[in-house]
Amino acid sequence: MIVGDNPIKAYGLLIGSALSYPVGIGYTLFYTTPLIFTGLAVAVAFRCGLLNIGAEGQLYVAAFAATWIGISAAKLPMILLVPIACIFAVLGGAFWGAIPGVLKARFGSHEVINTIMLNFIAISILGYFTQYHYKTPGDPIMQTAPIGANAHIPRLGQFIPGMPEFIPLNFAFILALLACVFVYVFLWKTKFGYEIRATGLNPTAAEYGGIAPRKQIIVAMALSGALAGMVGIHEVLGYRYVYYDNFSANVGFTGIAVALLGRNHPVGVLFAALFFGMLERGGIPVDAFTEKVSKDIVDILKALVILFVAGEAMFQMLFSKLGVMKEQ
Amino acid sequence: MSDFITLLPILFFTTLRLTTPLLLAALGGLFSERAGVINIALEGLMLSGAFTSAVVTWKTGNPWIGVLCGIGAGVAVAWVYAIFTIKFKADQVVSGTAINILMIGLPGFLSGALFLSSGSTPSIPEQAQMPYFPIIFAFVMVPVTWYVLYKTPFGLRLRAVGENPAAADAAGVSVYRIRYTGVMISGALAAVGGAYLSIGQASLFTRNMTAGRGFIALAALIFGKWRPVQTMLACLFFGFTEALTIQVQGIQFIRWKLFTAILIIIVAVIALFVIQLGKERETSNEKLPLWITATSGFITFLLAAYITKRILGVVREYWFAETGIPIQFIQIIPYVLTIVVLAGFIGASRAPKALGQPYQKER
Amino acid sequence: MLELKNITKRFGSVLANDQINIKIEKGTIHAIVGENGAGKSTIMRIAYGFYNADSGEILINGNVRDIKTPHDAIALGIGMVHQHFMLVDTMTVVENIVLGKEPGSQTSLDLESAKQKIRKISEEFKLFVNPDAVIETLSVGQEQRVELLKALYRDAQLLILDEPTAVLTPQEVEEFFAILRSMREQGKTIVIITHKLDEVLAISDNVTVMRDGKVVGNVMTKETNAAQLAKMMVGREVLLRVEKPDANVGNSVLKVENLTVINHEQANALKSISLEVKAGEIVGIAGVEGNGQTELIEALSGLTPAANLSGKIVFNGQDITKLNPRKRKEYGIAHIPEDRHKRGLVLEFDLSENSILGVHYRPPAATSLGHVLLNDTAIQQRANQIIKDFDVRPPNSALAAKALSGGNQQKLIIGREFDLQPRLLLVSQPTRGVDIGAIEFIHRKLVELRDAGCAVLLVSAELEEVTALADRLLVLHEGEIAGEVDPKIATTEEIGLLMTGGR
Repeated sequence: MIVGDNPIKAYGLLIGSALSYPVGIGYTLFYTTPLIFTGLAVAVAFRCGLLNIGAEGQLYVAAFAATWIGISAAKLPMILLVPIACIFAVLGGAFWGAIPGVLKARFGSHEVINTIMLNFIAISILGYFTQYHYKTPGDPIMQTAPIGANAHIPRLGQFIPGMPEFIPLNFAFILALLACVFVYVFLWKTKFGYEIRATGLNPTAAEYGGIAPRKQIIVAMALSGALAGMVGIHEVLGYRYVYYDNFSANVGFTGIAVALLGRNHPVGVLFAALFFGMLERGGIPVDAFTEKVSKDIVDILKALVILFVAGEAMFQMLFSKLGVMKEQ
Repeated sequence: MSDFITLLPILFFTTLRLTTPLLLAALGGLFSERAGVINIALEGLMLSGAFTSAVVTWKTGNPWIGVLCGIGAGVAVAWVYAIFTIKFKADQVVSGTAINILMIGLPGFLSGALFLSSGSTPSIPEQAQMPYFPIIFAFVMVPVTWYVLYKTPFGLRLRAVGENPAAADAAGVSVYRIRYTGVMISGALAAVGGAYLSIGQASLFTRNMTAGRGFIALAALIFGKWRPVQTMLACLFFGFTEALTIQVQGIQFIRWKLFTAILIIIVAVIALFVIQLGKERETSNEKLPLWITATSGFITFLLAAYITKRILGVVREYWFAETGIPIQFIQIIPYVLTIVVLAGFIGASRAPKALGQPYQKER
Repeated sequence: MLELKNITKRFGSVLANDQINIKIEKGTIHAIVGENGAGKSTIMRIAYGFYNADSGEILINGNVRDIKTPHDAIALGIGMVHQHFMLVDTMTVVENIVLGKEPGSQTSLDLESAKQKIRKISEEFKLFVNPDAVIETLSVGQEQRVELLKALYRDAQLLILDEPTAVLTPQEVEEFFAILRSMREQGKTIVIITHKLDEVLAISDNVTVMRDGKVVGNVMTKETNAAQLAKMMVGREVLLRVEKPDANVGNSVLKVENLTVINHEQANALKSISLEVKAGEIVGIAGVEGNGQTELIEALSGLTPAANLSGKIVFNGQDITKLNPRKRKEYGIAHIPEDRHKRGLVLEFDLSENSILGVHYRPPAATSLGHVLLNDTAIQQRANQIIKDFDVRPPNSALAAKALSGGNQQKLIIGREFDLQPRLLLVSQPTRGVDIGAIEFIHRKLVELRDAGCAVLLVSAELEEVTALADRLLVLHEGEIAGEVDPKIATTEEIGLLMTGGR
């Protein structure tokens, strides 16, 4: 509107393309899957009082780890290779997430800056490995050689009637749903989750209760990194089958918005991820078919969401002001 | 080694150029954080200044108007940030991150709307650029900041609000007003830093052109213990390492000797700061006698140089013997440095006591 | 001089001040007494502009005045010294005093003229402090002087003092009263908020008694006595001594040998302390706060980092000095912390979740899958039992802990710790901020636990409480045990002397 294009047309394109069946929904869920992972990652970290901005770096490391084993161990049978590659991804993410955790636990340095720095470092170093060690010679695109066919995980198009095969929605989506369940059970039904939540809400009381806050910080960050790392499974094993430099469309940052909108709870994260997945899917035709509105609008919406959710006191104030006005 | 010596004058000026945006953002951050408001949004504030001044300068052909508008944008965005964190008591780190994300997308969006481009603004002709003024401005701001902070009533109140807002409130100082002011000043300064990037160094604005500088500025601020002069030194340090990185950019693999020299200097400077930290006491503006700093610094430098040379010799034997270090490893030096600095200095640093806590008043 | 008329103030659902009417005469020392939570701090903060009343008027010398911020109050000649000092630690005395009323211009701070004025005031009222000293380096008594100077620097005619003697030893209190009397002679008006009746009787001219947000009495000090005031404060006859049977003392449970603890400022908080607690007795630790009590309890409960500690702690014959809090709890040491909001509870957790804090990793809380999964039913059952046995209100385990009043929160913590059937109970400030009904309940429960054979180490800043409950009383001063007395026969003067280091 502000910019000159027909807003109704724009929103119509957005929603219509997001929900159309089967192509629309297929793509929407495809975009939703990584957001579930990063949303869960940020949510778990938040529950321990930590802000994980490093999901980007963590998922890159994870993706590369999966790619590496996919290439190096390509000869293994599928029944072994797929789970092993998944484990590598998870461990890669956990490792990259544990680093800022240890830095905070041991030195007290703030995880926000450390995770951001590690994002840059990850992209650089992995870029080096891609360029000089794992690229197919002669390939102009900055990506690694393809992983072995035995490492591919199936597309869901095979199983859902009516859904064409070219839609990249894959098995990782199922893993994402399982991850939601896992996080819920972990945080509220196990003693480990209890300790993390207690540390996040009141580290002094947690200490009194025999919990070591430092250990929880490391565990939470590692778990967070592991969840973010599962994006690697989705991307590499289920979609591109290579490590593609800079493949993430800021999925890590969007995860922050997802976690906040979802109130750091797995169910909320699921719906918030869906919402942003829809935006992502709908944004493409909006960008292509309108003159002036670009995909950046999604970024803006993301930021506004974070801002407003963080400032929830604002809503309280607004409501109380409305109440006062009514009385007068 | 010889090619290193010839590099020195270029290195010096490059350092100044690269320090400027960091210094401006860091000084801005100082005003905000000394008042108790964490400013993670420096990155976004810089971007707002960069974008606005690029657009306005292109439109009007006059960089001064461009900078002024950039300042206006920075103050406006900072004001939004202030409202959410001070009035609505939103978490400062989360809100700051939101501003940063917003400033990645918003300029691109506006750019697309105004210029139908994918995120960059059109180039500015050379006569409309402003390459020198911001550098001078940045370094002049250091003593100005020092004076304001320690010699004016405003500075006194700012510091009080950052340490113990309840005490300031009980003394009749408006905590909210001081914090708003501090945050908006940080917006203004950071915006100038961003403006320098787009119309001083480059000739246009590109998406996310600050590339983490706002965060490095924050690290420099912490490294500098929230004090003007030390923050400036920290910024110079970071600027210097970045200058080194750029000098070797054209080359794919750099010579061993050059890399050794770089590393020695970096390690030595870190060691210097560590020593100074260990000896210094924590009062408002006390300084050590110069000769102690100088001699201990020199000894540390020699020691660090020797140790680094030995370690590198060992590393060289096992890896990279023929070719040299790949460029990516040099590129990450500023970022690794930030992590190291943060880890080493946050414990010893004495942050403003009320930093990060929204002030809750039950009027 | 100051009149508060029909002041009412609400905080959310709590009615802190209900139609308060108080008249304070010029040139007098006026005491406002009441229990914790009676509303006395609130009403004075309204007079100072720190809070704004919902309704009512403030009159200064007969004229209605609008006091919206402390700035307004200061301009009208009202100064306030808060219970928790409002000082900036890293700045100097003079910087703290001029904050908000800085001499010089907007572009230049003039501290010299301020220092001159401060010296003058110091002479006049005998309040001596070094203007260039950094607050961090001052003692508590000196900090209080700085606060008084702050008010006098702004030409305050009416001084409001909130619990000024909470951090002073009995001797320091006498000095402080002398200063107050000289101020009164100089024509100043003083309002003192306190809950210490003996001090009220010693220093004030008039007394206003508040209870549950209302004024229940305005009397002249010389026409009343402690018992009368106490009755007004509480609304019924108050038992000033706890009824308890004699102790049945058993074996040594806790033995502390030469315990030295350094605090985060690298100073010695405890200097080679030794003490012993036996089963079936309550050993009380008296002393002004800040003399090592916190460090003692933290060291005993395992919360002190091993690097800061030297000496030996022996529990039932075993050396537990190196054990972490979890292990100590398993051995049977329970701990009721002095700050229930910081240490004792996770306020956002509900009562069930709080009830397992400390035992969440073992049965009955965690049972299935190799002690990993939490057993919600068992947790709930246990929580409900604790709520019932310890009269926690409202009796709903699904409520968040922050919804409960201080007294009920404390009862939950006590219930949780008692449920462990401990052999040793470490308890610190058990009734701070707790209403009187809960206080009696808590005292009774502590004595019950003692009679069941537990060893109890009780730290309290309330001299009445610790002398009433303890079987043996130790006094802590500057990290050392100044002496041991028999609480049944020791006098306040004796104990006060020990608290200041005399022997």
